[in-house]
Amino acid sequence: MEAWFALLVSIFFTVAVYLLLSKSIIRVLLGVAILGNAVNLLIFTGGRLTRGVPPVVPGHQDALTGPAANALPQALILTAIVISFSFFAFLLVLAWRAYEVLQTDNTDEMRVAEPKDEPAPPLGY
Amino acid sequence: MAASTSPHADLSAALVLEPVASADWLVILPVAWCLAIGALLVMLRRKIDWHPYIAVLGLGGLVLIDILLLRHVLASGPVTMVMGRWLPPFGIAFTVDLTGALFALTASVVALAGGIYSLADINDSGRRYGFYPFLMLLMAGVSGAFLTGDIFNLYVWFEVLLISSFGLIVLGSEREQIDGAVKYGFLNLVATTLFLITTGYLYASFGTLNMADIARKAEGLAGTAPLMTLTALFVLAFGMKAAAFPVNFWLPASYHTPRVVVSALFAGLLTKVGIYALIRVTVMLLPLQREELSFVIALAGALTMLVGAFGALAQSDFRRMLGYLVVSGIGSILAGIAVGGPGGIGGAIFYALHSMLVMTALYFASGVAAKLGGSFSLSSLAGLYRRHAGFAALTLMLAFAVSGLPPFSGFWPKVMLVKAALDIGAWWLAAALLFTGFLTTVVTGRFFLLAYWRDAAAGEVTTASATISPAALLPLTVLVILALAIGLYPEPLLSTIQSAAASLAEPSAYLNSVFPGGAP
Repeated sequence: MEAWFALLVSIFFTVAVYLLLSKSIIRVLLGVAILGNAVNLLIFTGGRLTRGVPPVVPGHQDALTGPAANALPQALILTAIVISFSFFAFLLVLAWRAYEVLQTDNTDEMRVAEPKDEPAPPLGY
Repeated sequence: MAASTSPHADLSAALVLEPVASADWLVILPVAWCLAIGALLVMLRRKIDWHPYIAVLGLGGLVLIDILLLRHVLASGPVTMVMGRWLPPFGIAFTVDLTGALFALTASVVALAGGIYSLADINDSGRRYGFYPFLMLLMAGVSGAFLTGDIFNLYVWFEVLLISSFGLIVLGSEREQIDGAVKYGFLNLVATTLFLITTGYLYASFGTLNMADIARKAEGLAGTAPLMTLTALFVLAFGMKAAAFPVNFWLPASYHTPRVVVSALFAGLLTKVGIYALIRVTVMLLPLQREELSFVIALAGALTMLVGAFGALAQSDFRRMLGYLVVSGIGSILAGIAVGGPGGIGGAIFYALHSMLVMTALYFASGVAAKLGGSFSLSSLAGLYRRHAGFAALTLMLAFAVSGLPPFSGFWPKVMLVKAALDIGAWWLAAALLFTGFLTTVVTGRFFLLAYWRDAAAGEVTTASATISPAALLPLTVLVILALAIGLYPEPLLSTIQSAAASLAEPSAYLNSVFPGGAP
């Protein structure tokens, strides 16, 4: 089970990196979204996968009787999902705004902050 | 653990039962204070005239809290407080040692200076947009990152400061800013995601997120857990946050676009949070792996220094030049981390604190110069010395400080770093440090020559304002005085930094503070 998930996570990462290397902002955005999900799946798998075994200690005992999935990574993912979702929302609006203002979604043409033919500093005075 | 039957669990084994000593509340107070003031400012969103004064008072309070915290840590060693009374490693711990307290205090001083400067730089629309709430939340994130003792909590504070910095960098929504913010936003998000990946791997290998617990277990796990992978990923993630070569390109692309005060705060605070996290993780948590990676870190450091210095040499815009100087300073700090030992780590911490003060002040100076001269461009700025000799003197002192010339704050950390590098025989690293110092002197010297000493062409002066706002001059002067004071009398700071570096390398006091009864 974990091995299949590891494979799945690696596919997610491959797709995310491929999209992040693109020049078009909208693809980069999709890459960011997939990258966030890849990380969430990674942490989820790292906390052990068991089906239908709640990590609940029976009333008359001090410890779990059998192996169960660790609940902490799942709590970490909850935090990470909220954060990555809000960041994705921000970046989505930013990308839309950049498209409106800069009239392009090609990162090669986004040269307003760093103009291509900027003059060299004066050589003498 | 044996599954015994016990109807009444022993709570003292899992919970802190005594009330927390009142002095220990100082550990959490900087974060709680910033969040509370930030929330207050959001509630008062219709009274934007009050915002600056509440924020400046709040930041003054933050400086006071951080001074008290540093005194407390100096007097009684590292202090720990856990959330929800759960004992570590299960409860999230805030642990403050000397390094964290020093960084937090310096950050609060920088933020207060920025708060005062903003009176001259942020207009009504900036206030309505929420500059001051963002500033307070940024400080909550920065303080939390310096004070926390839990690695996932560190990630959360990184995100808090990142989202506030997004709000600050787009403040004003000019074309340039949107362009810079896109690059800043995407690359920083990728960096924190890398940090999150590493944290996931770390938890999978260690089964704990508490820093003291990780430091304890790291040696025992050296044979079985992929610690080199973890360390390399941490170095990449924090190096990206700190703008180290070859992942530094987002910084010079974005730091010159927002308002001057925002650039100044970013230059002083954000890259240094990355550096702090790198020091904390590589020096305290995974020291053996740092030694194995030291050549890579040293190489990255040397290249970062040189890329920064050469980049600064090629710029004709004052603020873009400063962006490259920030990168160059990060290289010097990385060199110290790579060298290690009390000299290297002490030098790295000292350089980081110096760089926080001086880079912020330099950005303030760029803002004042642009107000006086009407432009950030070196080809049109001119004649500032003739018109404002006092301001020119302040800038010249900062130029000396950033180049590492005596008698200013940049001199001592550079001496420590060069000496530490020579001591381990890394002559090429020492040479890179000295050559970078020389290049930085050329950069700042040329800029002073052009913008200050060169006479303005007739008729150019009339367009710009003739006086310097006191709200801009005051923080600039105070930061320059601090840089001069540290340069002239470094002894108290130096001895504090040396004991901070020693306690990072030998964190027994830190561990004792988190686990007072020894191993659970």
